[in-house]
Amino acid sequence: MDSTILTTVIMLGVLAATLAAVLYIVAQKFKVVEDERIDGTESILPGANCGGCGYTGCRAFAEALVKADDIAAMFCPVGGNATMTNVAEYLGKKVETKESMIAVVRCAGSCENRPRVNEFDGATSCAVMAATYSGDTDCSYGCLGKGDCVSVCNFDAIYINSETMLPEVDEDKCTSCGACVKACPKLIIELRKKGPKSRRIYVSCVNKDKGAVARKACKTACIGCAACRKACAFESILIENFLAYIDPDKCRLCRKCVEVCPTESIIELNFPPRKPKVEVQEKQTVNSENATN
Amino acid sequence: MSKLIISPSPHVHGEFSTRRLMRDVIIALFPALLAAFYFFGLDAVKVVCISIISCVVFEYLIQRFLLETAPSVNDLSAVVTGLILSFNLPSNLPWWLVVIGSLIAIGVGKMVFGGLGSNPFNPALVGRVFLLIARPVEMTTWPLPSMLVTPDAVTGATPLAIIKEGLKNGLTIDEIKATSDYTFGYLDTLFGQIGGSLGEVSAIALLLGFAYLLVRKVITWHIPITIFLSVVLFSGTLHLINPDKFIDPVFHLLTGGMILGAVYMATDYVTSPMTHKGMIVYGAGIGLLTILIRIFGSYPEGMSFAILFMNAIVPLINKYMKPKLFGEIK
Amino acid sequence: MIKTFKRGGVHPPENKISRNAALEQLVPEGVVKIFTSQHIGAPAECIVAKGDKVKTGQLIAKANGFVSANVHSSVSGTVLGIENVADYQGIKKPAICIQVEGDEWEGSIDRSAEINRDLSKTSEDILAKITEAGLVGLGGATFPTHVKLAVPKGKTAKAIIINGAECEPYLTSDHRVMLEKGEELLIGVQLLKKAVNADKAYIGIETNKQDAIDNLTRLAVNYGGIEIVSLKPKYPQGGEKQLIKSITGLEVPDRALPIETGCIVSNICTTFAVYEAVQKNKPLFENSITITGKNLKVQKNFIVRVGTPLSKLIDAAGGMPENTGKIISGGPMMGRAISNLDAPTLKGSGSVLFITEEEAKRGTKSNCIRCSKCVAACPMGLQPFLLYRLAELNMLEELKEKAVHACIECGCCLYTCPANLPLVDYIRLGKTRAMKLIVKPK
Repeated sequence: MDSTILTTVIMLGVLAATLAAVLYIVAQKFKVVEDERIDGTESILPGANCGGCGYTGCRAFAEALVKADDIAAMFCPVGGNATMTNVAEYLGKKVETKESMIAVVRCAGSCENRPRVNEFDGATSCAVMAATYSGDTDCSYGCLGKGDCVSVCNFDAIYINSETMLPEVDEDKCTSCGACVKACPKLIIELRKKGPKSRRIYVSCVNKDKGAVARKACKTACIGCAACRKACAFESILIENFLAYIDPDKCRLCRKCVEVCPTESIIELNFPPRKPKVEVQEKQTVNSENATN
Repeated sequence: MSKLIISPSPHVHGEFSTRRLMRDVIIALFPALLAAFYFFGLDAVKVVCISIISCVVFEYLIQRFLLETAPSVNDLSAVVTGLILSFNLPSNLPWWLVVIGSLIAIGVGKMVFGGLGSNPFNPALVGRVFLLIARPVEMTTWPLPSMLVTPDAVTGATPLAIIKEGLKNGLTIDEIKATSDYTFGYLDTLFGQIGGSLGEVSAIALLLGFAYLLVRKVITWHIPITIFLSVVLFSGTLHLINPDKFIDPVFHLLTGGMILGAVYMATDYVTSPMTHKGMIVYGAGIGLLTILIRIFGSYPEGMSFAILFMNAIVPLINKYMKPKLFGEIK
Repeated sequence: MIKTFKRGGVHPPENKISRNAALEQLVPEGVVKIFTSQHIGAPAECIVAKGDKVKTGQLIAKANGFVSANVHSSVSGTVLGIENVADYQGIKKPAICIQVEGDEWEGSIDRSAEINRDLSKTSEDILAKITEAGLVGLGGATFPTHVKLAVPKGKTAKAIIINGAECEPYLTSDHRVMLEKGEELLIGVQLLKKAVNADKAYIGIETNKQDAIDNLTRLAVNYGGIEIVSLKPKYPQGGEKQLIKSITGLEVPDRALPIETGCIVSNICTTFAVYEAVQKNKPLFENSITITGKNLKVQKNFIVRVGTPLSKLIDAAGGMPENTGKIISGGPMMGRAISNLDAPTLKGSGSVLFITEEEAKRGTKSNCIRCSKCVAACPMGLQPFLLYRLAELNMLEELKEKAVHACIECGCCLYTCPANLPLVDYIRLGKTRAMKLIVKPK
């Protein structure tokens, strides 16, 4: 009895020791010497592997961060400034703070505003549709509504509104990784500054047709009438190819353009409801101060 | 004007649909089903009904409540699974074993992998083999076909089991044939005068269904024919070497669910290779393995295990057996 | 002996219901809009300005580079200017708009009905005429003909193969040409042979057009070196590579041009256009368009000037039936569904096909059951189910490795798929992406 136990213990002990020795030798022989800062950096990064930084994943980004001398141009949109500051501190390098961004969908052609003239029956994919057709409406620039942006989003931050059939961005979830921007075959989605208190103004249209053509296709199309440009005191509005674009760097969020747009194609987000005229003016100064800060 | 439909080409579609293919398989199994009813009577009706109903119900319940997806019982694939599972069971199997077999077939064989199209193994066979291993006694006590209902069905072994048993006792094939009650005539095996599972008794009914499947282009000849060929080749070689120990190939072909397996289970779309070349490799593998198991293994019948084993190798076959590219230069 | 290609292919119901409708001329009126890009390659460069008077057959846009084709006015009248016009698919492209005034043709065009049998022109002359006339392949791809006929250095063309397979269901325009213009067609074949210095020509015709086979066999006796080959009806027999395989038994090597096998393939309508361009000096500005569909009361074959609005054609054929679900330009297997009925016709538009509502919708997509029917149906030896999945996941490197470039987009895989998966939709997308053919709009 005793000898049985003893033999077992010895046998197992020898086996364990041999295996441990083998493992140790193999581990030493095939050891990959890696800068341990890569692991450190990776642990700071969010680990979403979304590719928003331009690298294949967080690990690749960490390697690049460790390797590069100047990391000012590199940015993790998911982690934002906080993460980048931590990384910089850890690596002893310098970063620039960037304004946080968010994806905006520049099309307001809901089913009501932009009637469907055809019914698409192919694969449920904007890319497939855009490869053969201009779309199922008369507007050949607008959203196709098949949700390519939704399927590439790693953060569930964009979804198709079942009533308007347009994508909507969930502000709390969007990390501005830019996957949707790349996926959209119509180049409708843009990464814009999130703005103070998430307040943003943008032209929700990318139609480059002449006003009459655009208007016929969609009630909320930008017709390039330039009313917004006239109303803007900060020269922030550019009009090219019958289409207005608000330069986020120049815009002071005064909301005048929103009021004058005849087709309501300029959209304001997260502003308090409008009050009587006089107070709006005061509010504006507050806003513009915010913006300049 | 109503809205015009737009879509990329092509704008017409052929006659195939999943539902149609499954329906054709069911139709092809009909002669064998009738034969089973004829030979095993009400017991067979009971097993078939329980098996089909429980497969469909389990599929519906799992999809509806566990996976929370739209149930797709409409495509009839669960009916086919149920039918084939019941064909692999003895007619006197207790009803609760049939239900458990169905649950394993649908649940473990199919749904855990993501439903139709994703399962690596033939669901009906998973159910069958589970029962075979879990309840070997019930699964190998075969009632002999008894021409409609007789009160006390006689039970007995399948011809292959008789042979196996005899060989184990040191008898030669001829001695076994002489001493057994069973006649070992080919006509009997062709028309169903043998003990065995529900569906395997009548080779001729199964072959009728095979012809129907070929005509309807549901399956191609590649898998069944290569299985038959490789069985004949391997068992034939052995038979030539020593006819006393190895029975002739025709016997192998006609017994032990060989036709049922080759035509209806090995050809299961999901678990068979994608290219004709691959199908030939797969078929040859099944034939070889079946014979190996039957002759050298401990089970008298090897079809189920051979198919399941080759199912596991299908991804590998798909990887290496690619179709030849048009104009490919090697 | 009836020939065919071996690998893959499907045989959809033929539905050639317009085969007995004789050709009718449609008179131009109103405004025609002629795209400057009606071919594969660079758009032609407009050489007329607003207010210019043009005659029928006058050059209005010049080929811009080698892979490009001239565009001629299809009517006489006044140029209204260049506008961005939406095509069949609603995609806007520049087009020259001309107000129709009368129908005065260029003097150099021979409008007599007499057949010109003179075959004395040299190879250079023939090629120059073809280039000048702006010929493009009328089988659907609209590849400029003069480019196709330019034999690369170091290669020789041994045979011209004329594609009379018309393997697409419904289509009958090639069939009509073979019946009505048999002799002109054969002269066109002789011209093509001469242009590339080939001494043999094959005309491959599927046996569902036995009258055309008989007609051409009878006529071909008078012309040396033309063989009429009977083909077993099977789609995509009209595919360039499949046709060469069917007729000569040779396989065009992967990634190579058909000239590697010594063959140059031309379409029936294109060959007829070659005859007209070389012997009659007539540029390509009108083509025959079949209007067909099971729900149409009458089937029509029109000769239409390029740039006529599609809606006019439909009106001339008795208007759009109530139960129309889909209108297709081209055949049902590879044609494109039309989203814009005001779009003008192109050089390459050969047919307008009406599909009823019941037949227009694709079936509901379900799980892939790995039945491998797509693999068996693929004429190029690809694995569509795999390419589909890879394209859906945008795995471009793997797609390249799996030879997605070889896909001819024939649609056999989707046609045969029991699960109604949009196989070719995604494969087409994956192919263009993997080969970097998609250019995003700026």
